[in-house]
Amino acid sequence: MTRSTTTTPSSPSPTPWLTRIATLGTGSEIAGLLVLLAVVVLVFSLSTDRFLSVPTFTSVAFQLPELGLLTLAMLIPILSGGLNLAITFTANICGLVLAWVLQANGGMEAGMMAFLLGGLAALAVGAFIGWVMGAAIAYTGAHPILVSLSMMIFLRGLGEFATRGGDISGFPEFVRSIGHGWFAGIPMPLWILIACVALWHLILNRTRLGLTIYMAGSNIEATRYSGIDTKRTLMLVYTLSGLMCGIAGILMLARFNSVRVGHGEAYLLITVLACFLGRVDPFGGFGRALPVALALVILQVISSGLNLLGANQHLATAMWGAFLIAVMVVRHVWASRSVRRT
Amino acid sequence: MSMRKFRPEFRLPHIGTTERWLMAVIALMCLFLAFTTDTFFTLVNLFDLLNISAVNVIFAAGLLVVLIAGGIDISFAVAASVVQYLTALTVEHLGGGNWAIGFLVAGLVGFALGAVNATLIWRFRIISIVVTIATFNLFFGALMFFTQGVSIYDLPSWWLDRIILFEFDTANGYAELTLPVAVMAAVVFATWFLIRRTTLGRQLYAMGDNMEGARRIGINIAGMHYLAYGWLGVMAGIAGLMQAHYAQEVVPNAMYGRELEVLAAVVLGGARLGGGRGTLLGAILGVALVAITQNGLNLMGVSPYAFKMIVGAVILVAITLSGSGMSTLMSGLFGAQKKRAAAT
Repeated sequence: MTRSTTTTPSSPSPTPWLTRIATLGTGSEIAGLLVLLAVVVLVFSLSTDRFLSVPTFTSVAFQLPELGLLTLAMLIPILSGGLNLAITFTANICGLVLAWVLQANGGMEAGMMAFLLGGLAALAVGAFIGWVMGAAIAYTGAHPILVSLSMMIFLRGLGEFATRGGDISGFPEFVRSIGHGWFAGIPMPLWILIACVALWHLILNRTRLGLTIYMAGSNIEATRYSGIDTKRTLMLVYTLSGLMCGIAGILMLARFNSVRVGHGEAYLLITVLACFLGRVDPFGGFGRALPVALALVILQVISSGLNLLGANQHLATAMWGAFLIAVMVVRHVWASRSVRRT
Repeated sequence: MSMRKFRPEFRLPHIGTTERWLMAVIALMCLFLAFTTDTFFTLVNLFDLLNISAVNVIFAAGLLVVLIAGGIDISFAVAASVVQYLTALTVEHLGGGNWAIGFLVAGLVGFALGAVNATLIWRFRIISIVVTIATFNLFFGALMFFTQGVSIYDLPSWWLDRIILFEFDTANGYAELTLPVAVMAAVVFATWFLIRRTTLGRQLYAMGDNMEGARRIGINIAGMHYLAYGWLGVMAGIAGLMQAHYAQEVVPNAMYGRELEVLAAVVLGGARLGGGRGTLLGAILGVALVAITQNGLNLMGVSPYAFKMIVGAVILVAITLSGSGMSTLMSGLFGAQKKRAAAT
């Protein structure tokens, strides 16, 4: 109690502080997010004693990756000026594929080979789903929102048809260790996420494809006229997105030791939120992988904190919606301020 | 393509390519179902189809206006649930009420929810899909939180009593048309009048086609936003009222997921994301196609689990095929350079 009274004088100040940092330029977006993270941690640690503890941060570290991988799957389509609304159901279908391969090879007794085979099949299916969407968007000019939306409806139907709305479970013990194990003091899922963030960062900043994705997101016609095969770029964008959904699907299977179609549906909103909190341009063309990863940490801390406070699940849904609106409104206010100043 | 839209229409209504295709597909499906099932082509089933689809057509009429204006909205079905609940609580508070009060309250609440979207989209320049993903979760989460998921069954009798417009005694039982169909007809007429016969409607098309151009010729862009999203809000309110009348109860999550079905149907009917295009006939045909597919699968005894998958596949294929690039792709394949991308 005494601690809270000493910190209150300083807490009203973060907003102008944040504003100054955010308007400094693109290099400072990480600093702004770090301040926000500090504020969030401070607020939660003041509201409950149990927040600043090892179990909280362990749970954040274990839960972050599924959300993180799906956000990466969302990031590249948004950068290219589109959107992929099918991410969660693509991940579900990929999880189902792996589950079937494991079941066909003995279920609980399935060996490592079966897992590798199933994992490859899951990734291939994810990439294929993404490729179909990419080809539809690139070659028929259909809008990404519509294509991914109808793909989502189809995949949900397919998944419910295949599982009859139930769960598939009963996997070998070593699969569990991927979802719950530790390696070198860091949870296994977090290793996977770190590797994938690094991969995305490399693709976006160090490869030809990355550059063309940003260009296509800024102005796809200008990119096409400058001699770049934008159809190929779009197909690769959605194929990569589907591939990342495949990795997320495998991880979700390992984390929950079961597959159910519709699991993770609520993540869709949070992935969009993470991208925009990480200062990705909603019209495409601008945004980087690292600030998005930082935004993810913030959102996962909020989510774990709310859980710890025992917040109602529906209240949390409403709050995520309100938070997304708030982030977009604040971005608009900042943007119009900096325009007025120059 | 834009020339024809502004020519005065003193001739037979023109039917676009998309609409003609949809009519042909629907006719083929009806023929097929009429021969393979003995229940499809009966007055009872056809009237049932109309009664069931009325709510979706009302939604579709509202959504079409937003799509024409260049936006998108996925929050309307959840907004309709919010309207249902608030209307039920209001008439209970007023001690009964009647249809007039019901429509008034539902319309006002619906308009208010639409205005929330319009404010965020216009005032803060946030893209409509992001705004409505957010308000979808905000509306649904808040509704489920405040209602605790509890349904309302004791609605006033005026709301529950079935109103039958026509009734025929056929060999297969009573075929009846109910109130939602009449409301659907009124709503469709009002929307047709708005988008085809008023200056405001023309301005909506203009804004959807080119927002900056519309602004420069002096169209009130802010007003247009409130008109489009407000119209959808009112339609969602009316649809919510009708759905509760049809289902005889108010269930907070009853319409969760309906938005995708309606959106897909309207887009099947030729409306485009990006605005400036779309006809009411197309939207209605789109809803009909989805409804007949579902009805047909049901009559043929297909497992309900396969339902969504097949409907999803139909929508995916149709949206891909109706993409504006598809016709150029096809004409490229067959070497014939026919009419460019689907006329209207």
